[in-house]
Amino acid sequence: MSPDRLIYMANQIGKFFQSQGHSKAVPGIAEHIKKFWDPRMKRAIFAHLDAGGAGLAPDVREALTSLKQTTTLPAAS
Amino acid sequence: MSLIEEIDYGTPRSKSETMVTLTIDGNQVTVPEGTSIMRAAMDAGHQIPKLCATDMVDAFGSCRLCLVEIEGRAGTPASCTTPVMPGLVVHTQTERLKKLRKGVMELYISDHPLDCLTCGANGDCELQDMAGAVGLRDVRYGYEGENHVFARSHGCDNDHWMPKDESNPYFSYDPSKCIVCSRCVRACEEVQGTFALTISGRGFDSRVSPGMSESFLGSECVSCGACVQACPTATLTEKSVIEIGQPEHSVVTTCAYCGVGCAFKAEMRGEEVVRMVPYKDGKANRGHSCVKGRFAWGYTNHKERILKPMIRDRIEDPWKEVSWDEAFSFAAAKMRGIQQKYGRDAIGGITSSRCTNEETYLVQKLIRAGFGNNNVDTCARVCHSPTGYGLATTFGTSAGTQDFDSVEDTDVVVVIGANPASAHPVFASRLKKRLRQGAKLIVIDPRRTEMVEAPHVKALHLPLMPGTNVAVMTAIAHVIVTEGLVNETFVRERCDWTEFEEWAAFVAQPNNSPEATAILTGVDPKDLREAARTYATGGNGAIYYGLGVTEHSQGSTTVIAIANLAMATGNIGRPGVGVNPLRGQNNVQGSCDMGSFPHELPGYRHISGDAVRDQFEALWNVKLNPEPGLRIPNMFDAAVEGTFMGIYVQGEDILQSDPNTSHVVAALSAMECVIVHDLFLNETANYAHVFLPGSSFLEKDGTFTNAERRIQRVRKVMTPKNGMADWEVTIGLAKAMGFEMTYSHPSEIMDEIAALTPTFAGVSYAKLDELGSVQWPCNEKAPEGTPVMHIDGFVRGKGKFVVTEYVATDERTGPRYPLLLTTGRILSQYNVGAQTRRTENVVWHAEDRLEIHPHDAEQRGVRDGDWVRLKSRAGETTLRAEITDRVAPGVVYTTFHHPDTQANVITTDYSDWATNCPEYKVTAVQISPSNGPSDWQKAYDAQARQSRRIVPAEAAE
Repeated sequence: MSPDRLIYMANQIGKFFQSQGHSKAVPGIAEHIKKFWDPRMKRAIFAHLDAGGAGLAPDVREALTSLKQTTTLPAAS
Repeated sequence: MSLIEEIDYGTPRSKSETMVTLTIDGNQVTVPEGTSIMRAAMDAGHQIPKLCATDMVDAFGSCRLCLVEIEGRAGTPASCTTPVMPGLVVHTQTERLKKLRKGVMELYISDHPLDCLTCGANGDCELQDMAGAVGLRDVRYGYEGENHVFARSHGCDNDHWMPKDESNPYFSYDPSKCIVCSRCVRACEEVQGTFALTISGRGFDSRVSPGMSESFLGSECVSCGACVQACPTATLTEKSVIEIGQPEHSVVTTCAYCGVGCAFKAEMRGEEVVRMVPYKDGKANRGHSCVKGRFAWGYTNHKERILKPMIRDRIEDPWKEVSWDEAFSFAAAKMRGIQQKYGRDAIGGITSSRCTNEETYLVQKLIRAGFGNNNVDTCARVCHSPTGYGLATTFGTSAGTQDFDSVEDTDVVVVIGANPASAHPVFASRLKKRLRQGAKLIVIDPRRTEMVEAPHVKALHLPLMPGTNVAVMTAIAHVIVTEGLVNETFVRERCDWTEFEEWAAFVAQPNNSPEATAILTGVDPKDLREAARTYATGGNGAIYYGLGVTEHSQGSTTVIAIANLAMATGNIGRPGVGVNPLRGQNNVQGSCDMGSFPHELPGYRHISGDAVRDQFEALWNVKLNPEPGLRIPNMFDAAVEGTFMGIYVQGEDILQSDPNTSHVVAALSAMECVIVHDLFLNETANYAHVFLPGSSFLEKDGTFTNAERRIQRVRKVMTPKNGMADWEVTIGLAKAMGFEMTYSHPSEIMDEIAALTPTFAGVSYAKLDELGSVQWPCNEKAPEGTPVMHIDGFVRGKGKFVVTEYVATDERTGPRYPLLLTTGRILSQYNVGAQTRRTENVVWHAEDRLEIHPHDAEQRGVRDGDWVRLKSRAGETTLRAEITDRVAPGVVYTTFHHPDTQANVITTDYSDWATNCPEYKVTAVQISPSNGPSDWQKAYDAQARQSRRIVPAEAAE
């Protein structure tokens, strides 16, 4: 899916958690994306992260990096 | 089956717990203190004759028919206005009383037409009954004297006579039959709270008058039907009764309009509905109704209803009527074909908040188990999904905390982003009743709503700029924390104290004060402080909110902020308080409960949980996908991208109801199979390949769950006109796709739901028949349901405070789009109007209008009623302007009930950060004068006409 839209959505999630401080924000963002994004959205944002992750806020980038490490997505069917 | 006739006790129930014993006609009767003698007698089974009394309104004492004699007291007091006292000895029938009553009836009948045989109320007339009850055999006064009955008397025009008022489309007012008992006037005041009716004149000149002797339609009357229900004669009668005659049986069912969930008696003659009458034992509505549920059911047999399945290969083709089997196999082949070509996850579906729990459950089951993915979502996505997220996070349950009765114990009501008088009218009436008793009202809304302007209600109105809810809620929290108004005992006992402290420190920051945020919110800091103090210290504080809270970029944050406020002030866990989302559609709560969201199974349990999935897998005998599916906006994005190509939409018109119409059009056009399952060829059907005709709520069995978590039965009163109830259609489609579901009745579906969902464990049709309704959780711990939640502690354990920082939406005004558009509803229309536009309700609202402040209108040269062009970054449309100061300068407002306006051409792709609930309530726009429909509207109309062509099936030889 269009990375622009996903980057926007991820950063929007990031903005909510920002005020809870870095230590809560990073796992909060990761958990939210884990719980609510469909695999193709996750695959697309991870691919964008691998490609440098331009446009992602720092907390969001960190959250996605840790989420990617712990996620095994089913192959695109 | 017979006609259900509820007992009329004559006067309302007393809530006193002190009991009083007296003797009526030789029987000892014990009733609560404050009960009238009339009601006590009825309790004992003795019906005292009456005309002006009915238990929906307070006693009035005008008809003088209910007189009684009390030993040791002089005279013959009216039993309706005389309260019981210990030891009273009452006689309801004596020679003296008989004579008096007969005299009273003689006077009434001397000024009443004697056309009983041809009268619309024949068989349902209390005047006729009372004439019988008192043994009236003769009218000594004759009928020739002064009267209101005849147009001409003694060869001249009769000035007392008034013609019928037929202006209301649903009921007629025949003044010649009026006995001026004032029941209608009192019902309008006490039950509905509109005060549209009055008695004009005095003595013999007394007349029921809508407004200042206006017609019913021209007056403030909102056509709720309470006056018609209250009328003891044929003066106010449903036109359907006049046309058809009296009903012979009735069935209790649940209204299919808003989330209040009013219980109605469908009064029938055979399979024809004669009228819908609100059911007194309905625990959501307590015998009241609004114009939609009471009268606007004509859509169920509207000529535009589609009754045969239809298919087509391309949306440019006309529809072809086919058999059910052909439609199912056509749809199944297309859907399976898409999965083979694009992958298992390339299809999905949308459940409907207008369908029953059982139907919704089946659709999500078909998708999860039959399609093999979790691409299921529901229209709650675009309305209350932030409620689910916000309340689950803070309290642990995705639902309102109270029942509607709770409002009777409320002292301070805060209404945020909701206009119950228009969108939840029966709840609004109950609320206004409490307000007239002295409860305080705070309204937080950009617009001066009907709630603010309600008669005999004084509201503290905080008119905020659209999009600044979080700033306002946090400023209220700031006042509560910094002025020491927190209920510390409650917070220490029930909530996580560390999280509270973090939150309190955050809201106390000077930048969150009402004074600092006023520049953003536009709310007077003085008013905001008063509101905060009133809510925190005014007794039981209850918050009711609607889509003006949820449909924002920060929708979930505002829900959390509301929950924070309720916890900080201890306004949770008892009658009269709580956090209450007002649900838009009849079964929004139910569709969410039934696992319609892509990330959770029924009962709000995340799909990734192995234990929960195991349970479903065992019963459904299939492997479930542990990854969440696509939400509606994600489906559209994926469709445009080419990875989501087929959809089954039950009972929802996504093209009209979802934001940024051109994006939705692009998504639907990109899909290879769109299956629409609906009553009508709705706007989405213009882009569909398969049309499966739906059944109305009158044609099927099932349950709806209203905004107070109340599960109520929907009962079939007629054979489905399309041949199949919706649950049977889903089963047929599933079967064609190779997924068998076998149920012979919706009760079996509910049994499966109960077996799989802990909060529904105790629910069955047998229990619903026995109790009338139950509020979930209903299980071993609460076998009769749970009216108020979180009584001894929060469902999640400790209540969770979460910091709510205001983040402005990215939808900004600027030189090109200087105004903010916000949207809402109107009383007579419902949602996208698919139902109400196909009823007489159009007399009240035939088109969507744009409300604009006189200042903004003048700057743009716009006059009242002019066509204006409404343009945003997403699109443009035209509609007519209504100039009003209900909206502030800089804010414009419209409704979204009509497809030819297409308000959602204007709304944008911005959405709630947590749930993707669209930001309908804030769109930057510009207004300019216009000559008529925009190019978009013309093109849309042409496409719609083209798309709706139907080739009928050839008649079988």
